[in-house]
Amino acid sequence: MTRLTPSAKTIALHVGVVLLLLALNFLLPEYHRGVFARVLVLAVFAMGYNLAFGYTGLLSLGHAMFFAAGLYGAGLTIYHLEWSVWPAFGTGLAAGAALALVVGFLALRTTGVAFMIVTLMFAQVFYLMTLYFTTYTRGEEGLVLPQASRVLEFPGGALDLSDPSTRYLVALSLFTLVLGAILFLVRAPYGRSLIAIRENEERMRMLGYDVFANKLMSMVLSGIFCAASGAAYAVLFGYVGSGFAAIQYSILPLLWVLVGGAATTLGPLIGTLFMFYVIDTASSYTTAHLLVVGLVLIGVILFFPKGITGTVRERWLPWLP
Amino acid sequence: MAAVSPLLETRGLARAFGGLRAVDGVDFALPEGETHAIIGPNGAGKTTFVSLICGRVAPTEGRVVFDGQDISQMPAHKRVRAGIAYTFQITSVFANLTAFDNVALAVQRQLIDDHARGLSARALTEHGMDALEKVGLAEHAQKVAGNLSYGHQRLLEVAMGLALRPRLLILDEPTQGLSDSEIENFIALVRQIGEEATVLLIEHNMDVVMALAERITVMEQGRILAQGAPAEIRANQAVQQAYLGG
Repeated sequence: MTRLTPSAKTIALHVGVVLLLLALNFLLPEYHRGVFARVLVLAVFAMGYNLAFGYTGLLSLGHAMFFAAGLYGAGLTIYHLEWSVWPAFGTGLAAGAALALVVGFLALRTTGVAFMIVTLMFAQVFYLMTLYFTTYTRGEEGLVLPQASRVLEFPGGALDLSDPSTRYLVALSLFTLVLGAILFLVRAPYGRSLIAIRENEERMRMLGYDVFANKLMSMVLSGIFCAASGAAYAVLFGYVGSGFAAIQYSILPLLWVLVGGAATTLGPLIGTLFMFYVIDTASSYTTAHLLVVGLVLIGVILFFPKGITGTVRERWLPWLP
Repeated sequence: MAAVSPLLETRGLARAFGGLRAVDGVDFALPEGETHAIIGPNGAGKTTFVSLICGRVAPTEGRVVFDGQDISQMPAHKRVRAGIAYTFQITSVFANLTAFDNVALAVQRQLIDDHARGLSARALTEHGMDALEKVGLAEHAQKVAGNLSYGHQRLLEVAMGLALRPRLLILDEPTQGLSDSEIENFIALVRQIGEEATVLLIEHNMDVVMALAERITVMEQGRILAQGAPAEIRANQAVQQAYLGG
């Protein structure tokens, strides 16, 4: 009745999705397993973006900076300081959290279009900084992390993250962790507060909520998830470059979430996967693949105005979280 | 003249919008437990006045004192936690959430304050259903608020206010758009609320005002024109001219 805890159906669905993804590790051909590993990592980025955009209604055009903060936080410490994966990953998370806290604190004084512009500007500053400090980042060309440094150490052994199967399973673990966290968050009273802030901020204020603090918290959590995705990308795929801080990577999560379904738990995964394969398939036939992508997007918006998962929820499965 | 200090007091409270002094130096006192109505023609500054009290609008001059504490500078959300609840003139429930979720938003805020982390699902359900019960919406708990009738949405709005367990409940034109039978139920409801909380009511419907208010304040052009018991207000010449239409 209160829906404080997810229903059995919801849990079954999410466990089912994770098990299916686990099975795919052993079923998929090598090439597609690689694509899926990348999609799983980037779906974490989309889920983080979804928390701010889908659930809290914060349309940011600068989330590339949080992804890149994680990417560089992990990548630079590994490359220049020769840190091992765990502390490097932690540095990435901390960088994302700190950046989200500062940017959120300043940008959340604005709303709507102004918020889009301010976040966009901060992200541009971040992008230009990665070019400016080219001595350390090598700008667009980027850094390739040596394979020997991409080893995840455990008390009982070590995992080579450049191995395709290990890489897939580590990506899936991170994905599962974040999916679980988001599912818990949005079903908790805090999630209900965020959705209500999106719906009617003024009403929430008059119910005694500190709207600014709640939004800032949402930004920081979103920043941490996006940074986790970036840091994982660095250690799993061994490449760190300015391209990931560019505007394109602020727009992509927005597209993934819109296509998959904003404010749904599984939408970001479906949107990311869908867009990846649309681009992949289209570019194998024509160099004008962006045209195909555009047409597909128009089709999705026409027939699935609330995104794939959002429309499925609206028409057939109202219990979908 | 050592009277008990009032629950709410304003001193020289004023708010100007450009050249218009919507509220112009109002001194007002509201004793604890009273049900008080504010009436006046459109544009008299009633809504602006209560908005100043609950913090939605910042004053240009003057002070608001609640329970002996100067709250003039306090942000709105803290005033709510201090015990001032405001229900909106224009119904603003969360249309996409269920009636229960609407009330739960008010309850969870309250419960989080009460015992830092002890927010149990059970307490949330109990308190939420309790507030819905009071306004007679318990059977509609799982309906999406946007699909409720207008009258029910107004009641839900009041339930959200009640769920905050306020010391002062401000109702801004609560009966606007309600049918006669709904208004009758509403009067009974506010009477019941008035037994536990102090109620400040903006209302145009004079039958409602006369049925509920222990005292009435008449506002005109941002100022208090008259104040007193319903009978006095009814007999007041100036009020009759300005508002009751002679």
